[in-house]
Amino acid sequence: MNTDTTIVAIATPPGMGAIAVIRLSGNLAISIVDSVFVSNSKSKKLSKQKAYTIHYGSIVDGNRVIDDVLVSIFKAPHSYTGENIAEVSCHGSVVIQQQLLELFVRQGAQMAKPGEFTLRAFLNGKLDLSQAEAIADLIASTSETARRVAMHQMRGGFSNKLAELREQLLKFTSLIELELDFADEDVEFANRNDLVALINSILAEINKLASSFSLGNAIKSGIPVAIVGKPNVGKSTLLNRLLNEEKAIVSEIAGTTRDTIEDTIHLNGLNFRFIDTAGLRQTTNEIESIGVKRALNKIEQARIILYLVDAQEEKETILNEVNKIAKKITDSQKLIVLVNKEDKSDSNHVAPVIDELNARNILTIATSAKFGQNIEELQQKLVELGKVDMPENEDVIVTNVRHYNALINTRKSLEEVLKGIHNNISEEFLSIDIREAINYLGEITGEISNEEVLGFIFSKFCIGK
Amino acid sequence: MNFEFDVIVVGGGHAGCEAAGIAAKLGSKTLLISIDLTKLAQMSCNPAMGGVGKGQILREIDVLGGYSAKVTDLTTIHFRMLNSSKGPAMWSPRAQCDRMLFSIEWRKYLESLPNLYLWQDEVTDINFDSNKNEIIGVKTRTGADFNAKTIVLTNGTFLNGKIHIGTNNFLGGRIGELGANSLTASVAKLGFIHNRMKTGTPVRIDGRTVNFSELIEQESDRSGKFSFDSNYYSKLPERKCYILHTNVDVHNELKKGFKFSPLFTGVIKGVGPRYCPSIEDKVHTFAQKDSHQLFLEPEGVSTYEMYLNGFSSSLPLDIQYKALKLLPGMKNVHILRPGYAIEYDYFDPMQLTDTLESKLVKNLFFAGQINGTTGYEEAAGQGLVAGINAHLNAINSETKFTLARDQAYIGVLIDDLINKGVDEPYRMFTSRAEFRILLRQDNTDERLVDLARQFGLLSEELIKKIEKKYDIIDSIEKDIYERSVSPNTINQYLSKINSAEIKQKRKLVDIISRPEVKLTEVNNIYNIYKNVNTDQNFNDILDQVEIRIKYKGYIEKEKLNANKIERLDYVKIPDNFDFNLLNSISTEARQKLTRHKPKTISQAKKIPGVSPSDINVLLVYFGR
Repeated sequence: MNTDTTIVAIATPPGMGAIAVIRLSGNLAISIVDSVFVSNSKSKKLSKQKAYTIHYGSIVDGNRVIDDVLVSIFKAPHSYTGENIAEVSCHGSVVIQQQLLELFVRQGAQMAKPGEFTLRAFLNGKLDLSQAEAIADLIASTSETARRVAMHQMRGGFSNKLAELREQLLKFTSLIELELDFADEDVEFANRNDLVALINSILAEINKLASSFSLGNAIKSGIPVAIVGKPNVGKSTLLNRLLNEEKAIVSEIAGTTRDTIEDTIHLNGLNFRFIDTAGLRQTTNEIESIGVKRALNKIEQARIILYLVDAQEEKETILNEVNKIAKKITDSQKLIVLVNKEDKSDSNHVAPVIDELNARNILTIATSAKFGQNIEELQQKLVELGKVDMPENEDVIVTNVRHYNALINTRKSLEEVLKGIHNNISEEFLSIDIREAINYLGEITGEISNEEVLGFIFSKFCIGK
Repeated sequence: MNFEFDVIVVGGGHAGCEAAGIAAKLGSKTLLISIDLTKLAQMSCNPAMGGVGKGQILREIDVLGGYSAKVTDLTTIHFRMLNSSKGPAMWSPRAQCDRMLFSIEWRKYLESLPNLYLWQDEVTDINFDSNKNEIIGVKTRTGADFNAKTIVLTNGTFLNGKIHIGTNNFLGGRIGELGANSLTASVAKLGFIHNRMKTGTPVRIDGRTVNFSELIEQESDRSGKFSFDSNYYSKLPERKCYILHTNVDVHNELKKGFKFSPLFTGVIKGVGPRYCPSIEDKVHTFAQKDSHQLFLEPEGVSTYEMYLNGFSSSLPLDIQYKALKLLPGMKNVHILRPGYAIEYDYFDPMQLTDTLESKLVKNLFFAGQINGTTGYEEAAGQGLVAGINAHLNAINSETKFTLARDQAYIGVLIDDLINKGVDEPYRMFTSRAEFRILLRQDNTDERLVDLARQFGLLSEELIKKIEKKYDIIDSIEKDIYERSVSPNTINQYLSKINSAEIKQKRKLVDIISRPEVKLTEVNNIYNIYKNVNTDQNFNDILDQVEIRIKYKGYIEKEKLNANKIERLDYVKIPDNFDFNLLNSISTEARQKLTRHKPKTISQAKKIPGVSPSDINVLLVYFGR
């Protein structure tokens, strides 16, 4: 790769905002901007300015002024990439951003590839690989817990644990190698039972870590909450109420929501990702039936299920319905039943239902999504249930897909070893799978260098980060 | 008298003989200089060739035009396939040879090569033209100057060799033989780094004075051999080997000598091999063990001399003798000579390229124990590679002869040496080869026949034979995948070996894939495949087919991994790249990289002190 070039990219999120920042990095970063920058005092040259200063002026294309801007100057090696950097803050119009980008490219800058700014920072010794990876996570973290997990990972909690397991495997594989290479001498052989025990204990650890991935994912992307119930029970109204905006189409016609709609809210330091689902009923309408299938699918993915029933229904009908859904709930999931449209019913009718369900240990709240009745109480319950799962500082949580894949691959290799031991195959074959497991673990801990791993890591960075 | 040569080989051990033999065979006018021409390819230590990892090397040498495997076949007096209870990648042939005949057969072969000249002398200096920065030739103790285009140094343990027996020590290359005490300084003057290593050898015993009834016999398995050429086989009678064990009394006797041991008193400065320790090392390091296993091995058919494998020692003679007498069957033992340790100079192999030519001085090659290895096979393999490349340099060929890690154990050996260096005598283990499922002894000819053809290392006739063999293997393999067998043909066999019977027609491959099924047995009963047009052992051929089928998954997995590594080989580092440009590489790695000048990322990866995170930086810098 060529680091002699100067690269440019829009550093703010795509689309229109109040302002946008265009960042250039490389030897010519400052002089490229300088060549199209006109200050009010006319005579001011950016290349003569000190580092860490900000300058007001216009960017001109020939005689045409494109925008009034602020230019921040950083000089090598004390910058994010370790190179000269100029950051141009312009007005947020997409047209202005585009024109500035084109102008800088015409002046000699090249469009940055995905992750190239971080890549340069890495090459210039500003970051190491694990930091780069953790930074990608930090940038992407949207909640306090996600930030904490990323920081924990950056400090090495996760890799220490795996390095320990890897060390044990290494020790064992060396015993096996000894046995293979010194078959005719009186060396002590590796005990198969010990190996099986070791692998089982590592598998248990890996399973624990791998299963934390769904929690890790919940932390990173928000705790998935499925809103489920029969058609027209008020699911979309509830979602809108929670999101405070008209995200879902609301109508009086049952089955209006044909697909799942997602959005996230932030409550007390936790992210919740709400999934509105199509109503659960047997349907002949084709589009709707796909929606129903997806809804069932979403229930499986959710950690919390909000089940809505219509307060106007008969008590027995409601109890039957809730019974059915309660059976679908797994141990790691939580169910909240909302007896909705409370406003349209009689409290004499609703109260016994609530009592009955609560008595069966099913958390039940009477709500009116339309009028906001008990919505605050619902939010409170969500936070309570969400917090139960959240890790303490010392817990190791897998949040990274790459790590998760490596764990799954490690597990596969180790299961092959167990199978091999069971079939009594020769040790040099066991050794292949053990080595493979060691390599996969090493990919996470950084003890193995692998171009695919690198490609994966750097492709995660968006242009301009 | 000739004084002008294409290739000069200095040293007539296993490396030197292979180097000189192949260079001459390929057409270079070659001079082999040895201090004693009656001791060519001397087995300085145990009288055996092959073993785990080493037997594979010997077979590779055979396919690459070397002679060690053939000499072994001609002089074998005891043969065993080690590790036969393990999978095929671990099967390792090993042969006891007649020590004297081994050397004589080598000399006969070398004398049969028209381009090869012999000279008995000690080389004292490398003649070097410092203006042109190139080698001219060598100067010898007797005052002769020989000129050559290329030089291969294969001095073994002879450079400043120092022999230790107890507190007694003296100069020599092997016991009773002169060392070479000037050459190290001459080579060092050219800028090469050298250091000391140590190795040892056990007592030789008079077989007439051993009571064999107290020892455990080991029978030979005559059927095996090394060379793929069926014209080479042993006509010698077989000899037995014996197993015996040390005991507490022996250990106590040995301990009395520790205060005189040059190992423990610090007289020996060189580093010895951890995996082939002296008996005093074993007793000292593994104090909790009451017994160690020893082998008593025959030295030849016309001598009663025997070799006590595992009893290597540098303790004083009387201690060795007293301890020896306490071993089973040794009460009345007479010894022919004591065990001893030897210290010698080696040159840091990280100064070499993958052709074994030095980076520092063009046309100067190093091969064998001088590079810090141990073992005849390791030496011979290096000698062969150095010899081929010395020849190629001498004829100004642009082509280089190199072996990759997934191609040959010799490739693993050289790659390890030049990239990782050595901190103890380097011996081959199968565990050093990450692709050992591919590097089996049975498929050596398949792996290397293309190279043999490309470099003219084998006769056309032999190459055709190998190709024919693999045509047969391919066609049988294909047939097994296509052929169906019915229950009433195969069930009788299956029930006999306690394998599940089949209920309907099945592909033969499903049957052969079962661990308990043997293709040779199936074929013996049903006579499906016939041995046509090949003089190879047909059972060997069927075994290879079976290996391909049974271990398909693993073989493919390793091939996949090998390809992954190869991709790193393609990530080149430009010559003279300034590693100081990369701030994110550790200072140590920058120094190491600058010193060793790796040509690819995969080479850089092997350098000790270069961490994976440094490699990540290089990968990102050069790879993307």
